Amino acid sequence: MTTTEIGSPRRRKEDARLITGRTTWTENVTLPGMLHLAILRSPLAHARITSIDVSPALETKGVVAAFSGRDVADVQGSLPCAWPVTEDMVHPDRPPIAVDEVRFMGEAVAVVAARSRAAALDAIAAIEVDYEPLPAVLDMEQAIAEGADLVHAGKGTNKGYTWVFDSAEAGTGGDAGAAIDDAEVVIRRRYVQQRLIPAFMEPRSVVVDPTGDVYTMWSATQIPHILRFLLAVVTGTPEHKVRVIAPDVGGGFGGKLQVTPEELIAFVAAKRLGKPVKYTESRSESLVSAHHGRDVIQDIELAARRDGTVTGLRVKLLANMGAYMGLVGPGVPILGAFMYNAIYKFPAYRFECSGVFTNTTITDAYRGAGRPEATYAIERIMDELAVELGLDPLEVRSRNWINADEFPFTTVCGLAYDSGDYAKATDRAKELFGYDELRQEQQARRDSGDSVQLGIGISTYTEMCGLAPSRVLGALRYGAGGWETASVRMLPTGRVEVVTGTSPHGQGHETAWSQIVADQLGVAFDDVEVLHGDTRTSYKGLDTYGSRSLAVGGIALYNACQKVIENAKPIAAHMLECDPADLEFTGGQFRVRGNPDGGKSLADCALAVFAAHDLPDGIEPTLDADAVYDPVNFSFPHGTHLCATEVDTETGSVTIRKYVAVDDIGRVINPLIVDGQVHGGIAQGIAQALFEEAVYDADGNLMTGTFVDYTLPTAADLPAFVTDRTESPAPDHPLGTKGVGEAGTIASTPAVVNAIVDALRPMGVNDIAMPCTPERVWRAVQGGAA
Amino acid sequence: MTRVSIKVDGVDYEDDVEPRTLLVHHLRESLGKVGTVVGCDTSNCGACTVLMSDADGHQQGVKSCAVLAVQAADREITTIEGLSGPDNTLHPVQRAFHEAHGLQCGFCTPGMIMAAVDLLRENSDPSEQEIREGLEGNLCRCTGYQNIVRAVRAASEEIRHGRAEAEPAPPSQLAGEDQTPDSGLPRQSVPDETIPQPVP
Amino acid sequence: MIPPSFDYAAPTTVDEAVGVLAEAGEDAKVIAGGQSLIPLLRMRFAAPSTLVDLGGIASLREVRDDGDALVIGAMVTHAAVLRDPLVNEHLPLLVSATETVADRQVRHRGTFAGSLAHADPAGDLPAVALVLGASMEIAGPGGRRVVPASEFFVDYLTSAVAADEVLVSVRVPKQGAWVGSYQKFNRVAQGWALVGVAAMVRRENGSIAEARVGLTNMASTPLRATATEQALAGADSREAIGAAAARVAEGTNPSDDLLGSADYRRHLAGVLTKRAVAGLV
Repeated sequence: MTTTEIGSPRRRKEDARLITGRTTWTENVTLPGMLHLAILRSPLAHARITSIDVSPALETKGVVAAFSGRDVADVQGSLPCAWPVTEDMVHPDRPPIAVDEVRFMGEAVAVVAARSRAAALDAIAAIEVDYEPLPAVLDMEQAIAEGADLVHAGKGTNKGYTWVFDSAEAGTGGDAGAAIDDAEVVIRRRYVQQRLIPAFMEPRSVVVDPTGDVYTMWSATQIPHILRFLLAVVTGTPEHKVRVIAPDVGGGFGGKLQVTPEELIAFVAAKRLGKPVKYTESRSESLVSAHHGRDVIQDIELAARRDGTVTGLRVKLLANMGAYMGLVGPGVPILGAFMYNAIYKFPAYRFECSGVFTNTTITDAYRGAGRPEATYAIERIMDELAVELGLDPLEVRSRNWINADEFPFTTVCGLAYDSGDYAKATDRAKELFGYDELRQEQQARRDSGDSVQLGIGISTYTEMCGLAPSRVLGALRYGAGGWETASVRMLPTGRVEVVTGTSPHGQGHETAWSQIVADQLGVAFDDVEVLHGDTRTSYKGLDTYGSRSLAVGGIALYNACQKVIENAKPIAAHMLECDPADLEFTGGQFRVRGNPDGGKSLADCALAVFAAHDLPDGIEPTLDADAVYDPVNFSFPHGTHLCATEVDTETGSVTIRKYVAVDDIGRVINPLIVDGQVHGGIAQGIAQALFEEAVYDADGNLMTGTFVDYTLPTAADLPAFVTDRTESPAPDHPLGTKGVGEAGTIASTPAVVNAIVDALRPMGVNDIAMPCTPERVWRAVQGGAA
Repeated sequence: MTRVSIKVDGVDYEDDVEPRTLLVHHLRESLGKVGTVVGCDTSNCGACTVLMSDADGHQQGVKSCAVLAVQAADREITTIEGLSGPDNTLHPVQRAFHEAHGLQCGFCTPGMIMAAVDLLRENSDPSEQEIREGLEGNLCRCTGYQNIVRAVRAASEEIRHGRAEAEPAPPSQLAGEDQTPDSGLPRQSVPDETIPQPVP
Repeated sequence: MIPPSFDYAAPTTVDEAVGVLAEAGEDAKVIAGGQSLIPLLRMRFAAPSTLVDLGGIASLREVRDDGDALVIGAMVTHAAVLRDPLVNEHLPLLVSATETVADRQVRHRGTFAGSLAHADPAGDLPAVALVLGASMEIAGPGGRRVVPASEFFVDYLTSAVAADEVLVSVRVPKQGAWVGSYQKFNRVAQGWALVGVAAMVRRENGSIAEARVGLTNMASTPLRATATEQALAGADSREAIGAAAARVAEGTNPSDDLLGSADYRRHLAGVLTKRAVAGLV
């Protein structure tokens, strides 16, 4: 293929509208006669609604309508879960507006529609609700104990499911239990993935217009296609009468991979009132009601020989589902199940996960979704094994990892890792990091008893992305496939419109997709327009999550481009009066092989089919082509991240002194965009290690309900990152690309925590709970353990 | 209702506002200045940052969600929509954000750019640390801030070397060539060495 | 979120402001920069009947040299404090502490006097005002009165300014021979101080002649660490400073909250005091 565009750091097309303030966010959409919604939310974690009276709200100035869950019980439906991971999974109904019982703080209990947002907000304060408090179930271990209070009394249990993978049963490896029983060394640890909040910068917003021939919904969503399908199913509205538009969307990180109560509430309200409605959440509503992420307790046992060879791994998880099952929430830990063996040749593995209901906000996908949790646990415990055996942590890793000449490698989970070179990425990272020098400095500080100690953290990760082969998703009981679509339309002037089924919200698809098309079709980068996010122009697609867009949607686009070229070939041959078999297509021109002159471009062909005056017999007058690509495999990026932290042992304060990331994500379309994804991913992973945690008090009140308490890092809290790449192209498709959206987040958290623990090893510290706040670090220093 | 006159991006507006109306809501909902956005309710995120003149007429960065519209009476305001000049050339900070890939989803970007403009008006040669601290009132969830810092540094060099003005130029009410759908942005070349290359 | 409805008054003199407050009753509230108040209004944690905006009173924007002190008007913003030549010359401690307050945008609107009147024990400037020996001029229906900083901070979010009064200005003695340091410890740049220590010392012959130590967020009000101050007098070594700093938590009553435990705060106060004072000698 031509590669003048692929690999080039093109500045993004998207930027023009975003840096000048002239883009469309959902909140910018204003329609004639539009009403504004405000939602009254439960102040309690668990309570029976004994009475609710919305009539005082109706007496407030400017209010058009008010309704409770009971008022719309027959039409509001129940929120969908698309991933029932086991046949017997408990999936309680979840009405968008609670009807009889509230099960987490922030659950919607009533809605007001008014002529202004201020009037709607004033009116919800007038609604009278009587609650009878019920016991709040918060702790996962207590929740599954005998006699526990129940989140859903009718279900008889707080355990939503138990999902097991055992390599001996699956025939993909040995018996982990036996490996542990027979091991020379067994390391047992419990790690806790604290609850996080995705905290995309654009609050969720939804506008519904019921006044045309179809219902049009604008939503700040990652998944307009899935949303349209499920809106139709849940509300019983014919699918062709629903149009969903995701305009520019301000970040997602999995947090907008959801069909939300607010979307359904707006839809039901618009339908009922016959007027356009808008709902935009406040940040405090977002933090308490948009889905959270992580919140998993991991018990992990690693069996090894004294030489450092790992012989088996057993993992048992409790995963907090929150009060209900989210759209893909139950499956999130399952995505991680296949990653605990990471880059290593472990011969035996058993994984067991139970999803547990609690009276908290639901959890669901958050950047990495299952894979950061798995990578954290394994990369932390590999360090513990190294300490136990007195080996360098990199040495323990290299003794177990898959060597470059062993790819493709079938893992103990049965996955076929496609390509990689872990040693090369690690060597490069060590070089950029100054590994040996930093180890020397660490020793010097230890020897001098410096109050500021230095630690070095390692994370050699891989992940599975490019979700996903549909057959595999089916085997995992996921409710949809994993294909992606692209359409290429040749306009008569030679310009190109591309329709993609991916739904970017910051990833720069308009730019990267243009680069792919420019290269394949030999047209100018600026002559390509990429259309997405409107189910009327892009009627089919599976949207953007799981680092899938380029690894799947990019291939669909590549294939569509090839079809366009094939469609044009007979037309070019006709114009050049030659046999199509004699033509070659390079640099956007069809030429007779061996004759460098007198070619015909795609634009010539596009104009020829537009006129259609003189085409070969039997030729359909179009060049346009669609392609749907169902990946044959996941793709497996990998890399080595190294982090040096300075730990102030007097205050517990942690400063990242150096951070090096060497990632291998296969072939790169746009290095500028890739670096941006890596930077942002690392920042979120560091934030889990050091800063962020959603905290509930003993009554189930979310204590971190604003950005004052849920502390995102600013520029002043983060270091500059050193990034570099190695390149092991994906062998399964022609672009050779893998995914990069989640890699930084997956890799960085264990690198940082390993570095902190490494700094404090001489003081007897072998773990610190995340986030490693100064107080926790200080307490670890005091007590030798936290 | 209180009557207020506010000059926004070069145009005088006079409106009756409820005293409780936040400046950002006045900008967005009454004046249609939807380029400025709201990201939180505790003035942490800075997405709503605009320049507003103080009592002495000096423009400075403020969070328009933490200013009442009535408090902005008789003041002059510059939003992201008023940053580009009379010939619609981009402000050097806007250009630098584009060049250095200082944005992804773009939601924090209007506030981040206005905060950076404010910082550079006070300190035209900030160090990396000064840039990081100077932007501590703005949250971004996408970029890890690295390319934002790089963009602000690049803009400061443009300004110091006299290739661009730090002061927002008097705004134009005409879209001009740079602000229409067919213009895209000037795609100046950037030396390849600024882009990390794969290891061979 | 949007604040609840309220009436609005924009007086142009202090007397007029006092008059409006008297008329509006006890649910009226004064707004200066509004950087603490407006977020509270947006979250509907406050619902005043009337806001009395001091922004239109030109005289309150002055910093005035009053011999051995500076008088800082109620509408002088943090940003104005930072760039004011008089403050930079005579009150370097106030400058360095103000640099740690919130962020640039907030400092452009928020005022020095407002952050004192708000009386948030986690605010940085109340402890600084304490060690600087500031005094507050307050106007009310009965005329004007002066309250020293030591009596100004009454309780959590409660200052000596009554509902019908206006804080007009803060008189801050020039530092003269005193040098000062403000040490703030927060988890993230945007975070409130977990603990802050404002320390001032006057040196004589290589040792500390006198010291003042003010603490942020170690009780429901800012407070002075008198035991440490006494122990610092005459201190001439790191050991002596360390021993004095170790007593800094005596008489404090820090909260146990999401940001940190009381124990940890007491420990941090000692470390920060040691660092603050050691940096001054």
